[in-house]
Amino acid sequence: MNARVTQRPALWPAFVATAAVASFAYLFLRAEAQWEVAALAAGAVVALLVLGRTRLGAVVGSAWGARPTPLAWGALLAALVVVALFAEDHFALLMIATVLLYGVACLGLTIQFGYAGVVNFSGAAFFGVGGYTAAVLATHTALPHLLVVAVGGVLAGAIGSLLVLPLLRTRGHYAALITVAFAILFKTFLEVNDTLGGPQGLKVPGMRMLGWSFNDNILVGEDVELSFYLSYAVFSLLLLAGALVLVRRLERSWLGLSLDAVRIDETAASVFGFEVARWKILAFTLGNVLAGVAGAVYAMMTGFVAPASFTIAESLILVSIVILGGVGNPVGVLAATALVVVLPEKLQVIQEYRFLLFSGFVILVLLFRPEGLLPRKLRQYLPGWGRA
Amino acid sequence: MDLSLLGQYVLNGLMLGTIYAMVAVGFTLFFGVLDVIKFSHGDVLMVGAFTGLVAYLGLSELGVQSNALLSLGVMLAAVLLIALLGAAMARWLVLPLRGAPPINVLLITLMAGTVLREAIRLFYPAGANPKPFPRLLPTDSISFGALTLRFDSAILIALGLASIVAVHLLVTRTKLGLAIRAVAQDSETAQVMGMNFQRVVLVTFAIGSALAALAGVTAGLYYNEINFGMGLLLGVIGFSAAVVGGLGNLYGAILGGFLFAGLQTLGAVWFAVPAYKDVFAFAVVILVMAWRPTGLIAEQSAERV
Repeated sequence: MNARVTQRPALWPAFVATAAVASFAYLFLRAEAQWEVAALAAGAVVALLVLGRTRLGAVVGSAWGARPTPLAWGALLAALVVVALFAEDHFALLMIATVLLYGVACLGLTIQFGYAGVVNFSGAAFFGVGGYTAAVLATHTALPHLLVVAVGGVLAGAIGSLLVLPLLRTRGHYAALITVAFAILFKTFLEVNDTLGGPQGLKVPGMRMLGWSFNDNILVGEDVELSFYLSYAVFSLLLLAGALVLVRRLERSWLGLSLDAVRIDETAASVFGFEVARWKILAFTLGNVLAGVAGAVYAMMTGFVAPASFTIAESLILVSIVILGGVGNPVGVLAATALVVVLPEKLQVIQEYRFLLFSGFVILVLLFRPEGLLPRKLRQYLPGWGRA
Repeated sequence: MDLSLLGQYVLNGLMLGTIYAMVAVGFTLFFGVLDVIKFSHGDVLMVGAFTGLVAYLGLSELGVQSNALLSLGVMLAAVLLIALLGAAMARWLVLPLRGAPPINVLLITLMAGTVLREAIRLFYPAGANPKPFPRLLPTDSISFGALTLRFDSAILIALGLASIVAVHLLVTRTKLGLAIRAVAQDSETAQVMGMNFQRVVLVTFAIGSALAALAGVTAGLYYNEINFGMGLLLGVIGFSAAVVGGLGNLYGAILGGFLFAGLQTLGAVWFAVPAYKDVFAFAVVILVMAWRPTGLIAEQSAERV
């Protein structure tokens, strides 16, 4: 036992795994022919099954648990390499950035639902608050765009605080209703409000930062023109990295422990002196801020916002991503985001049937693997701790 | 405002309230026996309306001319088939998730609802377009001074209310109802007493879904148009009505249904832009929840720790 605690697991299997995931992402995004896409998807399923059945998965997992810092830098580097490889490809970069930004929003939901147990069925609405804030502020004011993005997050948090009082007083299905009602209210409000563009929505100017315009292609030398999405992809990647660090730190800290206590048993937690209201407010607001920030960047990237993108159906997709990935596991959430966003785009055959297949798939997961694809593990404060 | 317009608003509100109450009663029944929210309820309603339409087309093909017979056939087909569908969903989607977190049940039924919606959109001939629903009820009207009452609205409201009363009587006056209430109160004790838990649950889901099918046919007959997405908003409104009224309580569901319809009507009269009526109604719902966290007719709950 002692030997295990002191022994540092080897890092190289985890690095190899990161490289494998990155190469897979590259190949998958590059694949054009439908049979290639299908073969790659099937290959991934087989690889995951093998990983689950053998000790390989555990080895990689324990390396991550023991020495996350070098591995996290490695993962960031790998992601940057993938982004760089697609430097001239608009579509691939757009998809990468979309996955990254949705990932940020879903991490927000993870804090709310996975840690504090506050269900939020209006995630897309808070994403939309960020988007509309960006549209209005970037069009009508000269605020620096980094600040616009931040204000988008703050405003999402502030609007979310309108729901805090009813959310704190209710539980379970009653609380679910409040966010469901808000999601519909928000979308209907946008549709009928002419100042905010009505059903057509608003145009959003592209992002400018320190004199750097995100919406121009990048010229390198004379004849190499890099896609303008490259700026957004890198920015989103940094945003996601920041959000991941935040969520990881939060989970590891006493804050995360308190959130867990509140989620697992509210009554018992309050008996032990936890201020349930405080933790719920913290989680709910923080989650909405993340969604708002992601929404603001997403709006600037796509160039327009419309109510149709922020319906309750979109919110439900966000919730199913969180459950699909494994409630409370940020890595699982990212994998699920990639799956949900990219697969339908790549498999054009299923384009028409994607909602049908997606819903069917979620039903199967809920029936046969209710804890999600990558279930959350117990915290490991010490490497190798708790595994005798 | 002149009297006839006011009368129109009241009638329309009553009609909406009846439909909402029918949907809400289903939600409250399911919550009663299993403590679950079956979010596919609105889409089940939509499938009910389409079943009715198919039955109408089939019967007309067979040469049935009488409107009365046709209406009866449409309603029977919808009610019976959807009762089966409801029971099947309970059997294979809801019951296997007993013991899982409630959000999982909510999500799985939600996804089942999406499957139904998408299946109709993709596989019903030209399912993405709205479908005309036949006018089967007499459209004559009688006037009381300025107020005009159309027969079809009157029949539909009466039918809806009658079906709710029937369900209420079934739950309060029959042996089956006793079993449903027993399972709702304490499913373990009910099982110890020899009740067939699964059968009671399936029957409850069949009854609730049948009511939704009837609501779907009612909506079709009233608006003379149905589409694959009609269940989404109706389901959410029915859910809101059931929750605002107080889950697990039949009177609460009825109260919630009419309250929501009243709010929408009020919103439509009040605001210069009538489209704000839904914003208004849902905002009031959120406020009501802040005021009475377990609904207007509060759920009796004591938590064991």
